[in-house]
Amino acid sequence: MIKVQTEDFDVGVELKTLMARAKGVGGIVTFTGIVREWSGESSSGDPASGRRQLAAMTLEHYPGMTERQLADIEAEAVRRWPIEASLIIHRYGRLEPGANIVLVITASAHRQAAFEANEFLVDWLKTKAPFWKLEAGPQGQAWVEAKASDDAAADKWGMKPTKRSAAE
Amino acid sequence: MLRAMKLVYFAWLRERVGKAGETLNPPANVTTVGALLEWLKGQGGGYAEALKDLSAVRVAVNQEYAGPEATVGANDEVALFPPVTGG
Repeated sequence: MIKVQTEDFDVGVELKTLMARAKGVGGIVTFTGIVREWSGESSSGDPASGRRQLAAMTLEHYPGMTERQLADIEAEAVRRWPIEASLIIHRYGRLEPGANIVLVITASAHRQAAFEANEFLVDWLKTKAPFWKLEAGPQGQAWVEAKASDDAAADKWGMKPTKRSAAE
Repeated sequence: MLRAMKLVYFAWLRERVGKAGETLNPPANVTTVGALLEWLKGQGGGYAEALKDLSAVRVAVNQEYAGPEATVGANDEVALFPPVTGG
């Protein structure tokens, strides 16, 4: 199931709802993505360098394509693993540090499938789902740049990335 | 002959172009994503600025990712945006 919404979600409530439609599963994996208070990465080893304090993050998305891409990714996970039930919730709009951004739940008879399918969904939605983060802090606003490490994480699942540069 | 296409822009591409979307009628020789981007770039102003570095531009035709060789035509919805950063 896919939900794209501005409203917050309650992990406990969502878990209970999913369990009601996935009776008899042996394991459920839940991933929650949260807005960090600090963004950016330290490359010099000094934890303070290159990092920006975040006041808020605004997530923009492409209505229609977002739902379609998330549904495709979920269908691919179901093809690859024996998943009894799954849920992806992704929020958009203005979010402050500590706020929930994304929830991915996968339920299966055994833990391995639930863990792997969950990681697959998170890796793939980061590189396929049309969302863009605009960070705002004391230094002003900036669009978050895509990370090569996210592409590498998606690549390890052995699926040809469908996102391609327009320069090819 | 009118070949109206719906263009939509997101994130910094939207900011540089200066609008969220529009309907355009490119010339008849514009039949691929690559040709459309070159034509748009040639319109100058915000388009030239937004499309300066095509390696930072992703394209979707009718809400599916598309490469430069993908065909575009009348009534297509073509979206231009930077690499995605959700999750």
